[in-house]
Amino acid sequence: MSSQPAAPSKPRIIPSLARLMPYVRPYLPRLLAGVGAALVGSLLALAIPLVLRALVDGPLTHGDRDAVWPAAIAVLALGLAEALCIFLRRFFVLQPSTYVEASMRRDLYARLQQLPVAFHDRWQSGQLLSRAVQDLGQLRRFLAFGSVLFVVNLMTLLVGVGVLLWWSPLLGGLFVLLSLPIVVVAFRFEQTYHQVSRRAQDQAGDLATTVEQSVHGIRVLKAFGRGRHALDGFTSQASELRSTEIAKARQDASLWMWLTIIPFVSYAVCLFVGVWLVTVDQLTVGQLLAFFATAVVLNWPIESMGFLYAFAIDAANASVRFHEVVDTENTIDDPERPATIAEPRGRLTFEGVRFRYQDAPADERDLVDGADLVLEPGETMALVGSTGSGKTTLTALPARLYDVTGGRVLLDGVDVRDLTREELRTHVAMAFEDATLFSRSVRDNVLLGVPGADDEVLDEALRIAQASFVHDLPDGIETVIGEEGLSLSGGQRQRLALARAVAAKPAVLVLDDPLSALDVDTEAQVEAALRQVLAETTALIVAHRPSTVQLADRVALMREGRIDDVGTHSELLARNEHYRFVLSSLEEAERNREVNL
Amino acid sequence: MSVHGVSGEDRDDYTKEESREIRLRSRRLLLQLVRPHVRRITWTMLLVVISAGAGVVGPAIIAYGVDTALPAILDRQDWLPLWGATIAYVVSAVAAGVLMYVYTVSSARISQAVLFSLRRRLFDHTQRLSLEFHEQYTSGRIIARQTSDLESIRDLLDQGLNELVRGILFMAFTGVAMVLLDPISGLVLGIALVPAIILTRWFQVRSTVLFRETRTTSARMIVYFVETMTGIRAVKAFRTERRNDDEFGDRVEDYRVANHKVISIFGVYEPGIIALGATSIAAIVLLGGIRVIDGTLEVGVLLATALYARQFFQPIQGIAMFFNGYQSASAALEKISGVLEEQPTVPEPVEPTALEAAKGRIDFDEVRFAYATGGDVLPALDLHIPAGQTVALVGTTGAGKTTLAKLLARFYDPTEGAVRLDGADLRDLSNDDLRRAVVMVTQEAYLFSGTVAENIALGKPDATRAEIEAAARAVGAHDFVSALPDGYDTDVNKRGGRVSSGQRQLLSFARAFLADPAVLILDEATASLDIPSERLVQEALQTLLADRTAIIIAHRLSTVAIADRVLVMEHGRVIEDDAPAALIAAGGRFADLHRAWRESLV
Repeated sequence: MSSQPAAPSKPRIIPSLARLMPYVRPYLPRLLAGVGAALVGSLLALAIPLVLRALVDGPLTHGDRDAVWPAAIAVLALGLAEALCIFLRRFFVLQPSTYVEASMRRDLYARLQQLPVAFHDRWQSGQLLSRAVQDLGQLRRFLAFGSVLFVVNLMTLLVGVGVLLWWSPLLGGLFVLLSLPIVVVAFRFEQTYHQVSRRAQDQAGDLATTVEQSVHGIRVLKAFGRGRHALDGFTSQASELRSTEIAKARQDASLWMWLTIIPFVSYAVCLFVGVWLVTVDQLTVGQLLAFFATAVVLNWPIESMGFLYAFAIDAANASVRFHEVVDTENTIDDPERPATIAEPRGRLTFEGVRFRYQDAPADERDLVDGADLVLEPGETMALVGSTGSGKTTLTALPARLYDVTGGRVLLDGVDVRDLTREELRTHVAMAFEDATLFSRSVRDNVLLGVPGADDEVLDEALRIAQASFVHDLPDGIETVIGEEGLSLSGGQRQRLALARAVAAKPAVLVLDDPLSALDVDTEAQVEAALRQVLAETTALIVAHRPSTVQLADRVALMREGRIDDVGTHSELLARNEHYRFVLSSLEEAERNREVNL
Repeated sequence: MSVHGVSGEDRDDYTKEESREIRLRSRRLLLQLVRPHVRRITWTMLLVVISAGAGVVGPAIIAYGVDTALPAILDRQDWLPLWGATIAYVVSAVAAGVLMYVYTVSSARISQAVLFSLRRRLFDHTQRLSLEFHEQYTSGRIIARQTSDLESIRDLLDQGLNELVRGILFMAFTGVAMVLLDPISGLVLGIALVPAIILTRWFQVRSTVLFRETRTTSARMIVYFVETMTGIRAVKAFRTERRNDDEFGDRVEDYRVANHKVISIFGVYEPGIIALGATSIAAIVLLGGIRVIDGTLEVGVLLATALYARQFFQPIQGIAMFFNGYQSASAALEKISGVLEEQPTVPEPVEPTALEAAKGRIDFDEVRFAYATGGDVLPALDLHIPAGQTVALVGTTGAGKTTLAKLLARFYDPTEGAVRLDGADLRDLSNDDLRRAVVMVTQEAYLFSGTVAENIALGKPDATRAEIEAAARAVGAHDFVSALPDGYDTDVNKRGGRVSSGQRQLLSFARAFLADPAVLILDEATASLDIPSERLVQEALQTLLADRTAIIIAHRLSTVAIADRVLVMEHGRVIEDDAPAALIAAGGRFADLHRAWRESLV
């Protein structure tokens, strides 16, 4: 059920994490200060038992009453200093980590809004969401805890090994040598873990997609009673994720196991060799004890390397997933030196326009296959054609929801790709057949394209779209309509979407079958009102019905991706058989049927 | 105000009782989730204890090696103790490692099993909840519950249990050892526990509120994200990117602040506990030192208690982290348990009436319907449709046509009266029976990601490829499907990106055709079709509807023509009811509509 466009290639941990640098750089001093505090803290933690021992063995044993208070105060001071270091580490590191997370999240969102519709067609929204929420959360935690601990524990480890070598080069060397298999284990771990980790992240994204679809498609699932079916699908996906997570835990566990066994076996060998060295007078008992006292301190840093390593791989994968989206080339971008149209008149020209999806097979004809069409300023053009002839695709081109793959679309003689998207979409407004409403007030939804507009514009638009029903809603035009306007009927949603396009007062209005869900009466009223608007506005209207065609000055007939014929409704009826087939045959069928009634 | 279910979910000003109620609810859910795994949890914890024990043996063996094995060699040339110590060490190392492997995998199994059952339960429950719920509770919130809230619970399950068990055991053992060794020092520890408990209580109260805030703000952020991505075309067409950036940025910032607040109070709590530990160690050294000098305490004992006290406070960091995770997960469980507490307003009957093969007789008996927000949509509807009849519903928007259809499909239950199928109240039918008998096709033809074939097969999950193709052929969808890159195996992708809305409607017709119900409801199901497609569909309908009951809502009167009977509705009442020809002849409302439509065709 899932489609994942990007093939995950094996990421390298350091380069993947290094790509986060631009976000981290501003906070680098604080992060370093955090590492510093953490280092001091762990040194204190190491020192406190030694100091305790020294105090008890020294002044207190000698019965020096005056030494008791200073000793206690010294212990207190060290302990409080440790607490302070922990406080400082958190203080230095945690706030920056939340800032990094937030700014990455904002950038990802902004990038997603910029990326073309074709990108969103390809990518499932659950995958996008899991990147924006889970992955970035993971990165924040790595930054706040993982990276600092990693640095601190690594340094502790290096220092500790140095001390071991200092106590006894022979034993220390032996310990290092015996611990070398860890490198092999770690290497093998990385090979397999990064794949499972990535798979878990991807599967979590797919699961989010399924959840989203199950809610968005709830009416269909309910209508067919397919809740159980959907649950089965979800269950199998969730159990896949579960298996992946358990596989991940196995990898983790086996790394930890080796990280326990290898050093401990090394200690055992060191114990044997150490004792032997003492017997042959190569080592003193004191040195042997000191060696092991230090070795015990290293247990935790070694153990922690296991989960920190896994943590780092997770974070590297999260970074890769983030960059997969952010690095996607925006194929519909603003030109470097944008043209501008000072006084838009609304002349819309399609010149040999072609469009095909990038991944369409080579032998398939272009969806829009060389369409030529001119809309004069103020003209209303109906676009008629059978299902799949490319009408909707053609309407998406003027506002650059998709870019042509051949030919060009001109607005007042300027190629639409030479305008900024902001300007272009101010001139061209659209109403889609499946009316998308946002969970905002009716007012905000209608004035989406002209946020600053006053009530006059709003009322006018609502009047034209015959959407006066909004005044009967609980809070009138301030009513927050449900997400996707779910609590409104299809016809109501369509009228609000139409009102929105009208309110934008564009030079060119593109309407994709905007009246399909309206009843005949309402449709007639909307049409009457629309006529005034259309008198001054260039409009391209996808029409399935003769009644909608009536709105138009001329009709363009689309057939297999081309403009087959252009003329008035009656001209086309008279001369074009395909047009009659598309538009009027029903009428005839109707007549025949009525004879039978 | 109530906090039952999801109501009051966004509030942050719960009273004490409300807060308690919610917390209890969340704790109940946690217990329910954990209960099936009690045995596994028990033996996993046992492994943790043994493994910790094996880890502790290490230093003792080293001590043995130096204190006993070394003299044995020096004095008697006896190498056996050293061999013994070395082998024991190796064995304990391997045992500790293997045990660690086993309990890590085992606790991952537990945590994944809990997550799996919670996910499934939540999914199942949201599917069961009525449309009324879904119309108010945005999809983004359900997604937030399923993703980021579950993530919090996962964090708790993953990170903590081992640490908690180890920590508590360690503290308990050390504590007991201290009391045995030196009761006075033990008393100091006991006294130190008082401020520790107070500090913990403070953290609990504060963090409960703050963690709730993180859940609410993260859900608000997710809702906005999902809505933008779902409506990306409109976002682009109306240039709301910048405004969205601001608005989303605000929500990201709210979430960040909420997160930061939680982290900050933990940043006070954790060092606070450590400082308490430091203070009590200092007190033990002070009291012990004085007693050593007075000669009432051995130096060795003082050293031991001081080191023990230090050890006593070491695992407390881990325990604090666990507690932090617990607080976070509780907040998430509070929200999830709220959703689970919601009851479907259209519940399944406990003892359903069996309906083997439905005939399709429909009765609306004195049905009144009003939305919870008030206002009768259907004041009193009495309608009887014999099996096999095709009925068209006509009337302006808001006349109650869709409501009637939704009552029949049992998306809602009537406020008064009953809707019956073959004489059985719909409320007494099992969901399976009802859905097999009654299918509704709406204007909104949603496609799920997957192939075209899978989407059609939604009408009948066990359908063969031949049946799927036959259904597509019957509604005239076969030609365009065959023309798709991979035919029936083409992925329709997100929201049917590649399929036009007319084509989507054809596919949803094919779905209905495949489902083969006794009662078919078509709510504006042909609105997006072009005329040739609509004609095909109508021809298909002629055969499709021949032996079943059908309710057709259509603005296009062309569809109405195939009906046996037309109901004209206005303000929730049926004002005309007869065969179409008879109505046209009678010259009422329908005749007017019909004339208007005739004119619109030219």
